[in-house]
Amino acid sequence: MHKATLPKELETTGLGKTARKDKWLFEPLWTGLGFAIFVVYSTWGALNPGPAGHPYYEWGPYLSPFFSPLFLVKAWPDWWPKILRTPALFVLWAPLGFRATCYYFRKFFYRTYLLDPPGCAVGEARSHNYKGEKGFFIYQNLHRWFLYPAVALVIILFYDGVKAFFFADGFGIGVGSLVLIIEPILIALFTFSCNSFRHLVGGNLDCYSCSFSNRARYQVWGKVSLLNRNHMFWFWISLGWVGFSDFYVRMVAMGIWTDWRIL
Amino acid sequence: MEKLIFKVYRGDSGKGELKEYQIEVDEGMVVLDAIHKLQATQAPDLACRWNCKAGRCGSCSAEINGFPKLMCMTRIDELPKGNPITVEPMKAFPIIKDLVTDVSWNYEVNKTIPPFTPKPPEPDGTWRMQQKDIDRVQEFRKCIECFLCQDVCHVLRNHNKHSQFIGPRFLIRVASLEMHPLDTVDRRELLKDQFGIGFCNITKCCTEVCPERITITDNAIIPLKERVVDRYYDPLAWLIRQLKRVFKPSAK
Amino acid sequence: MKEKVSDRVGSAFGGETYEQDVIVIGAGGAGLRAAIEARLQGLSVGLICKSLLGKAHTVMAEGGAAAALAYVDNRDSWKVHFRDTLRGGKFLNNYKMALLHAQEAPDRIKELEAWGALFDRTEDGRILQRNFGGHRFPRLAHVGDRTGLEIIRTLQDKAVHLGIDVYMECTITKLLKDGDKISGALGYWRTTGESVLFKAKAIVLATGGFGKAYRVTSNSWEYTGDGHALAYHAGADLIDMEFVQFHPTGMVWPLSVKGILVTEGVRGDGGILKNSKGERFMFRYIPDLYKAETSDTEEEANRWLAGDKSARRPPELLTRDVVAKAIVKEVKEGRGSPHSGVFLDIASRRSAEDIKRKLPGMYQQFKELAGIDITKEPMEVAPTCHYAMGGVRVDAETAAATVPGLFAAGECAGGMHGANRLGGNSLSDLLVFGRRAGLGAAEYAKKLSSQPTVDMGEVQQAQQQMSEPFERSRGETAYKIISDLQEMMETYVGIVREEKELSLAVEKIQQLKKRAQNVCATGDKAYNPGWNYALDLTSLLTVSEAIILAAKERKESRGALTRIDYPNTEEDWGKVNVVIRKKGTEMTVAKEPLSEMPEELKALLQETI
Ligand SMILES: Cc1cc2nc3c(=O)[nH]c(=O)nc-3n(C[C@H](O)[C@H](O)[C@H](O)COP(=O)(O)OP(=O)(O)OC[C@H]3O[C@@H](n4cnc5c(N)ncnc54)[C@H](O)[C@@H]3O)c2cc1C
Ligand code: SF4
Ligand code: SF4
Ligand code: FES
Ligand code: FES
Repeated sequence: MHKATLPKELETTGLGKTARKDKWLFEPLWTGLGFAIFVVYSTWGALNPGPAGHPYYEWGPYLSPFFSPLFLVKAWPDWWPKILRTPALFVLWAPLGFRATCYYFRKFFYRTYLLDPPGCAVGEARSHNYKGEKGFFIYQNLHRWFLYPAVALVIILFYDGVKAFFFADGFGIGVGSLVLIIEPILIALFTFSCNSFRHLVGGNLDCYSCSFSNRARYQVWGKVSLLNRNHMFWFWISLGWVGFSDFYVRMVAMGIWTDWRIL
Repeated sequence: MEKLIFKVYRGDSGKGELKEYQIEVDEGMVVLDAIHKLQATQAPDLACRWNCKAGRCGSCSAEINGFPKLMCMTRIDELPKGNPITVEPMKAFPIIKDLVTDVSWNYEVNKTIPPFTPKPPEPDGTWRMQQKDIDRVQEFRKCIECFLCQDVCHVLRNHNKHSQFIGPRFLIRVASLEMHPLDTVDRRELLKDQFGIGFCNITKCCTEVCPERITITDNAIIPLKERVVDRYYDPLAWLIRQLKRVFKPSAK
Repeated sequence: MKEKVSDRVGSAFGGETYEQDVIVIGAGGAGLRAAIEARLQGLSVGLICKSLLGKAHTVMAEGGAAAALAYVDNRDSWKVHFRDTLRGGKFLNNYKMALLHAQEAPDRIKELEAWGALFDRTEDGRILQRNFGGHRFPRLAHVGDRTGLEIIRTLQDKAVHLGIDVYMECTITKLLKDGDKISGALGYWRTTGESVLFKAKAIVLATGGFGKAYRVTSNSWEYTGDGHALAYHAGADLIDMEFVQFHPTGMVWPLSVKGILVTEGVRGDGGILKNSKGERFMFRYIPDLYKAETSDTEEEANRWLAGDKSARRPPELLTRDVVAKAIVKEVKEGRGSPHSGVFLDIASRRSAEDIKRKLPGMYQQFKELAGIDITKEPMEVAPTCHYAMGGVRVDAETAAATVPGLFAAGECAGGMHGANRLGGNSLSDLLVFGRRAGLGAAEYAKKLSSQPTVDMGEVQQAQQQMSEPFERSRGETAYKIISDLQEMMETYVGIVREEKELSLAVEKIQQLKKRAQNVCATGDKAYNPGWNYALDLTSLLTVSEAIILAAKERKESRGALTRIDYPNTEEDWGKVNVVIRKKGTEMTVAKEPLSEMPEELKALLQETI
């Protein structure tokens, strides 16, 4: 095997070992922190749907995206752990799976949490057996499986977003309506900037001019490619906004915040 | 003119040191100029590769202040002031001497990629292609084989998977063949197995260092992974294939 | 992978020995194309280069490869291409070469496409062609401004999969002969410094040019004229050595990038030249030969840019010799830019988007090296030494040199371009004559009944010479001598020349040769550029002397040779080549007639199109 033996002076292994002099630590730090906050909050939020009869995920026409589409269970079987009695269970797997296998997420996750590598031209921990997707992480190839439900979810969330404008007394606009309509837009931008989606709409073709349908798909592929360039941005902003949407509905439902009616 | 301190690796793969030199620097000089000046005045036997001095040949790859870069395209006045400037060889390959590394492995890898095999031409012996059909592939063909992406890729640099993973440079080479509008060979099985595309974890360092600004990860590696998924992991594609087989057995 | 065809043969001289039917020295476009052709003939082929594979000069070529495909303008044909080439070469070209070149270039380009190359496209899906100096119609197949890269990569991949043996980072220092025919070559591995012997039936030289004889040059360290010198010492003729092309547009600022090329594609795509007064000065320098087909007003030149086919070409697209001289004159008369160049402006002619798409390399080069945004500001440019028209005299059909078994193609061969090369004609030259050289060498090798023998005494002596720089404890480094040589060539044998200065140069070169006998190297042989340069220096001195002697001999101005003491182009001189030849240890100069062109071709030259 080709092995680059390096003299001590140029050693590359060893966690954080590098000759770089710029602030390479900054990116993994902020992303790592930001994501950790989201995970803690969303787990807590999903597991705290609120007391029976007074759910925290719903208020008037608003529905928290963590719980949409809403599957209500009349009676949980006794053996079902109490802590897991939440309708979020039926939906969250899809966006979670989608994000956990997202290509951008992989970059961030490997760099920040697995330190594999912590930064470009920055050393890793001394000995660990890296297998890429070849071993356990082969599940990352299942991104497609999650893409299909994720696309369906975009439609459902739009439905919720529109519904948020129809109050008991008819059409109206509350701050919550805006929060909940921006949310599916951002989710859509994230979903439709997905690399797998980009592949399916046209990336898998070799000749764009060869038929009418290929020419049409080329157009779509071009648009998706533009979105895709900022996939990282859509990832973070949609993530943040989803969390905030749940938080907003929860605060209003709990009566801590009052929803401002604009119209 | 000002005097700057450079620390340049002198030695081979057995032993060596970062040797300190003082070099007088003019306006607009690049790191390669400084190295040339060293050779002409203080260290005539200092080894380094270069050819074009304009970022076109990909010979002068090195690690400047720890980051993989072309020496001929790195202006000295753009490096942070104050600290000495370190110039080291690439670290994913064995060192021959000073800044020169043994990159022959790359040439061996290239030989294992099944070559371009075009579909039959039109009656006049040529092919028609639209610019939009080749834009993607032209991006990959910009590669100047500087091997900086190979150098920075942790799969090679830290994990030494040279025998199982062809590295970003050759993944874009495969992509340039797979997406070539005229090519007829299917290299997906090779990608999955022999070429080890699964080792890439999309950390995008290759894209960060590429001096030709090829979006290696997003435009080549991920689309290739998706093509592998098409064939091996997509439930819907699998279903469609099965249905096609049932309803059109003759098409096989 | 193909089986390795070379044999490692044990030998008496202590270094590695390889035996091969055909050895190609040089892995640029010409060398690769020759190796491919010889291999396709079923022979075992070795390809040697000083750098890594794929880093030869060809990779730097920007603008494009000229071929009369007539995809963009259907008035084009090989006839017009032939005419343009001879007019550009001031009728000194080997007409047979120019003819084969014009006729075969389109096939060579199409062949590249069959091997995977992707040139920029026209609307109807064919190869797009761009305008260039001296070409009557848009003729250059190109890929943005990185055409050479596309060509070399395509050839490289083709070669690798054919099972050609590649010897990288290996410098050849001597050709070996068995009687009067070629028998092999001796060189050393740059990585270890060890000698290596190649035994071969035929050798193709494809070593490129010698721009490193000058300080301001677009050429790299490789361009020390090794092939010219190897051939010369092996007894082959060199012709046209007085013609050195100075490309009109090299970078001038910052100092450290002085000489780096700015592709002619900038002017081909509409760029214009201005002096410090803002004048578009090229209108004042249109030679009679081109009056009929060059715009004489800005208005007409602008119509041409807008795509009006009846408008004539702008004067910026005159041949390189003309434009380079014009720039020198403007600067001399005080109308130059701050750093003694002129302004090349594309920003006001094309949209930023167009510029970035068609000239991405130029855009990056100026942005990163000079801090200039060429979509907003003009560039500062001045002539830079670029190309060697002169080279090994060869037979047009087979590329055979005057030594049996020796062939030459590409920039190191002479004759094809006459007194001045047209931009874009080099890349096509490489392909056309690279192929012919490979074929010629293969046929010659096949006819040879047995492997010629190598004189081991000669080998050992040459090997000994290689080590000498280490044995001198006191002496100068090669860097110093090369630098002085470049200085001398620039001062006395530059763009504009005269007898007095050339005579001085003759003296100076003798002094430099003396100094070179005392060149020393430190350290050991492994990857030691100081030592490598000391060996390259020998070639540089040989070619420099040849340039000086040839320039002194030709008493006229023609194409790239401007003599202020003989400012006119003389008809008589248009009938002869200046030939450099080794007699004993002496360099001799002779005048020999060009071959006579058939009447029907002569008629083509006079046509106004
Ligand atoms: C910046 C630039 C831009 C250009 N743009 C264009 C253009 O747009 N269009 C065009 O037609 N032309 C262009 N040219 C000219 C053209 O690129 C060259 O003339 C052409 O590439 C020469 O090719 P070649 O095959 O003869 O030699 P090269 O490509 O130079 O190859 C020479 C080979 O010989 C090897 N070699 C040399 N000496 C030895 C030795 N002693 N032992 C072993 N190997 C040796 C070298 O390592 C190298 O591999 C350009 C040139 C430059 C420098
Ligand atoms: S993205 Fe993949 S190929 Fe590129 S550096 Fe990271 S692991 Fe290597
Ligand atoms: S892809 Fe970019 S970084 Fe990698 S070898 Fe090519 S040019 Fe260099
Ligand atoms: S969602 Fe990020 S790549 Fe698919
Ligand atoms: S010398 Fe060619 S890329 Fe730096």
